[in-house]
Amino acid sequence: MKLDSMYQDVILDHYKHPHGRGLRAGDAEVHHVNPTCGDEITLRVKLDGRTIEDVSYEGQGCSISQASASVLNELLVGKELAEAQRIQEQFLELMQSRGRIEPDDAMEEVLEDAVAFAGVSKYPARVKCALLSWMAWKDATAQALKEAAA
Amino acid sequence: MTPLPGLLDTEAIRKDFPILDRTVHDGKKVVYLDNAATSQKPRQVLDALSAYYERHNANVHRGVHVLAEEATALYEGARDKVAAFVNAPSRDEVVFTKNASESLNLVANMLGFADEPYRVDRDTEIVITEMEHHSNIVPWQLLAQRTGAKLKWFGLTDDGRLDLSDLDEVITEKTKVVSFVLVSNILGTHNPVEAIVRRAQEVGALVVVDASQAAPHMPLDVQALQADFVAFTGHKMAGPTGIGVLWGRKGLLDDLPPFLGGGEMIETVSMHSSTYAPAPHKFEAGTPPIAQAVGLGAAVDYLSGIGMEQIEAHERAITEYALGRLQEVPDLRIIGPTSAEDRGAAISFTLGDIHPHDVGQVLDEQGIAVRVGHHCARPVCLRYGIPATTRASFYLYSTPGEVDALVDGLEYVRNFFG
Repeated sequence: MKLDSMYQDVILDHYKHPHGRGLRAGDAEVHHVNPTCGDEITLRVKLDGRTIEDVSYEGQGCSISQASASVLNELLVGKELAEAQRIQEQFLELMQSRGRIEPDDAMEEVLEDAVAFAGVSKYPARVKCALLSWMAWKDATAQALKEAAA
Repeated sequence: MTPLPGLLDTEAIRKDFPILDRTVHDGKKVVYLDNAATSQKPRQVLDALSAYYERHNANVHRGVHVLAEEATALYEGARDKVAAFVNAPSRDEVVFTKNASESLNLVANMLGFADEPYRVDRDTEIVITEMEHHSNIVPWQLLAQRTGAKLKWFGLTDDGRLDLSDLDEVITEKTKVVSFVLVSNILGTHNPVEAIVRRAQEVGALVVVDASQAAPHMPLDVQALQADFVAFTGHKMAGPTGIGVLWGRKGLLDDLPPFLGGGEMIETVSMHSSTYAPAPHKFEAGTPPIAQAVGLGAAVDYLSGIGMEQIEAHERAITEYALGRLQEVPDLRIIGPTSAEDRGAAISFTLGDIHPHDVGQVLDEQGIAVRVGHHCARPVCLRYGIPATTRASFYLYSTPGEVDALVDGLEYVRNFFG
């Protein structure tokens, strides 16, 4: 059934048992909203030099947006910035593929649990839900770097 | 099941709406419960649109040729139909716009540029309510910001009604305009007009009524409302998109300044100044949505043919049935009045902790179309401490069977995320 391609067990697991939820200390904080459905996220990034020490978040939204934030936390915390940016770009590409990208082993190596969102990319109305936390992370990271450089 | 009293012959009516035969997601018949967002269109309206383009298309009010005369007669004929539909004292009180948002923005801008006694400025106040659609909030916020006027509003009670306990404090001698929704698009509440109008008249404030969710569903009589302006849109009442209506009292339309300038709205133009056409054309700059107005005229004929009182009775029966059935669903909380009294046919609810986006997605997979989100009424969600709702909304072709499909669908949603 098509619905199962969106609501993969991995996604529902992250939704029900989110990783790293709650706001902790950070170098920058952003608040992003999805105006079409009211999903909201407040997200903080803490850097340790060029390493991501923590991504903490609080928000409300659908299973897709909440699970996506949990996967982001699991994937990016502890990564070097350059590596994290590569993961973010690949996730963005997958989500914008309208279901045309079938994740292969190489992609799964990079995206891990995030490949479960491939099915979501077939639903244009839901792509923004999956990307909400990732766009917030990108924004917060840019701000944290700017702070560090100032 | 015994048929509900007041129901229309939906079997016959549904034959007029070709889209209701559509299937989605591998052969499931679409259950369309998103009528508060936009209604479906009957064959009669679709035919009027194509007949207009196939046989009569021309620009209005300017040509001397046959087609231009026919197009003009059809466009102005639609105005006559709409005027009769809302019991307007004069056809010249019906201004065509592109939607209800434009109608409300038009009023706000007329008042912003008006001279005394209508002028909204820093010493005056504007009154709205907390249950307005964004289209009846933002134009007034803009007007308040640009003029320095103070924006005030009525709050809501816990059961989804307007809190008018502070009526005399909210509407005061300083109030220039009171704008409120007749039937809420998110709560379904049908608001008491009389009390608000009486207080507004006491202090000499103008009254604007957003009838977007009323005009499609019940008899609308602008004279009985006693408002000064009434706004609604065509696409929610079986008409096409791109056509809205602003009804306004003749004296006001004569006195108030135009907002958009251009062709059609003028009398004479020189390089130094212009004089304007009389209302309603004063407010219809540029080539209007001609085919869409003609389509709205056909929609008005269609609805009148069935009877607005009959449509209202049908929807009351469906709403009553739906309220009862929905309240059987565990963890379902209705946001808005829980009885059919003083209530329209849009029902918002939450379902446990399951986000409305997820509810809507799983319903869609079963062929059931509902709206999810804040329904362009975010302050209502904030008021009730919820991020969003799922909304089912009915129309003249909705059936008890569709309510049952929704209830079964919600059970499936609960199991899916359980």
